[in-house]
Amino acid sequence: MLPGERWGIALLVAAAWLMLIAVVLVFGVAPDPVNLTTDMERYAQRIFYFHVPNWWVGFLAYLIAAVAGVLYLTKGHERWDVLEVASVEIGLTFTTIGLISGSIWAKPTWNTWWTWEPRLTTAAIGWLMYVGYLMLRSAIDHPERRARFSAVFSIVAFLSVPITFLAIRWWRTIHPVVIAGSSDSGMGGFALGPTIGLIFFFCLFAFTALYFALLTLRTRSEWLARRVQQLRQDILYRS
Amino acid sequence: MSYLRKVLAIVAKDVAAELRTREMLSSMFVFALLVILIFNFAFELRAEDQATLAPGVLWVAICFAGMLGLSRSFILEKDRGSIEGLLLAPIERSAIFLGKMLGNVLFMGLFELLILPIFVVLFNLSAGDLPLLLGVVLLGTIGFGGVGTLFSAMAVHTRAREVLLPILLFPVMVPVILAAVKLTAAIFDQLPLSEVQNWLSLLIAFDVIFMALSFMLFDYVIEE
Repeated sequence: MLPGERWGIALLVAAAWLMLIAVVLVFGVAPDPVNLTTDMERYAQRIFYFHVPNWWVGFLAYLIAAVAGVLYLTKGHERWDVLEVASVEIGLTFTTIGLISGSIWAKPTWNTWWTWEPRLTTAAIGWLMYVGYLMLRSAIDHPERRARFSAVFSIVAFLSVPITFLAIRWWRTIHPVVIAGSSDSGMGGFALGPTIGLIFFFCLFAFTALYFALLTLRTRSEWLARRVQQLRQDILYRS
Repeated sequence: MSYLRKVLAIVAKDVAAELRTREMLSSMFVFALLVILIFNFAFELRAEDQATLAPGVLWVAICFAGMLGLSRSFILEKDRGSIEGLLLAPIERSAIFLGKMLGNVLFMGLFELLILPIFVVLFNLSAGDLPLLLGVVLLGTIGFGGVGTLFSAMAVHTRAREVLLPILLFPVMVPVILAAVKLTAAIFDQLPLSEVQNWLSLLIAFDVIFMALSFMLFDYVIEE
């Protein structure tokens, strides 16, 4: 059993329990929001407990990838490259789900699957950047160069995260602002009630736990894949 | 040799190479012209007022044609082996970056100067405040050139290098293109600058951020 394995499994089990409790809380305990009138909107609103944590994990993953990129460029150890690619892959998965869940919410609320407003546009562009990241990796054969270039790109691509986060604050948009100080809650923002707030933060916690579980496992599988590659090369050269 | 002279020496090298072949400028110019023409008749069937599309068309033409120039920028160095010469020369790598970037901005600026009058005529526009328009075009081009040079140096070492550069560069360029289009539209509509002040700040802010990031990261990207 490799060092990361026990941790990965323990985290995964914990995350699975947390997610299960989150589902029960969201559909069984959370009250209906008072400002929504139709049943359709009230059902759709519950996606917020998953949609927001989803994007939070996506952004966290990109942040960790960018930090890993800086560390790779300064320290030059392969482990930062492994962490970076694992984090980007998880981030891309979560932001893909986030784009889809946003669409599902937008249909009953805005009466359209997609609209070209700043938050959606910047989110889609950020998503494309990290697809570009994976394409860049696959287009370079030399391992050290691949690690170096993708570290550079992960740092530049991280710019998309603050842009997406601030898009709804810079421009007047129809996308709701959830994380806001009291000053800008007038711009389409809304305050969270105590129960809703508590359940929301529980969901954030559950998703973050899931991220770290996936990160541990993905990092380990990446190490194993590289080890297999290395062993294969050793055997080929020896014979 | 002072730092500035080193940078200018690299620009001079690129200009000399370009003057001998003239392949980059002419291809950028013709390509931008083609983009504008294609947009002109592609939109003719549906658009009510073509002038409202003009700023977008201009920047799409600049981006596409600029991409041609940027992708050539390091391919020439690599294929002809002159990148080893650059790296062996007793100059800082940041000077290489600044030189290549200035060269790219210069070539893009030249073809933009050629394309702007034709564009104004074809879309039947009044140029508005000309110095302001040139300023906005220059700011947009600088933002493009900064990250463009960085990614161009990266893309040249990958498989499918011409294809990868636009895929990497366009998403990153979006804030710059967006701000530049808004400002260009405001100039053509003769709006006062105070109304688009925040777009101007955004454009300058991204120029500075992109330049600084590319300047710092270029050391890790350049290699023989």
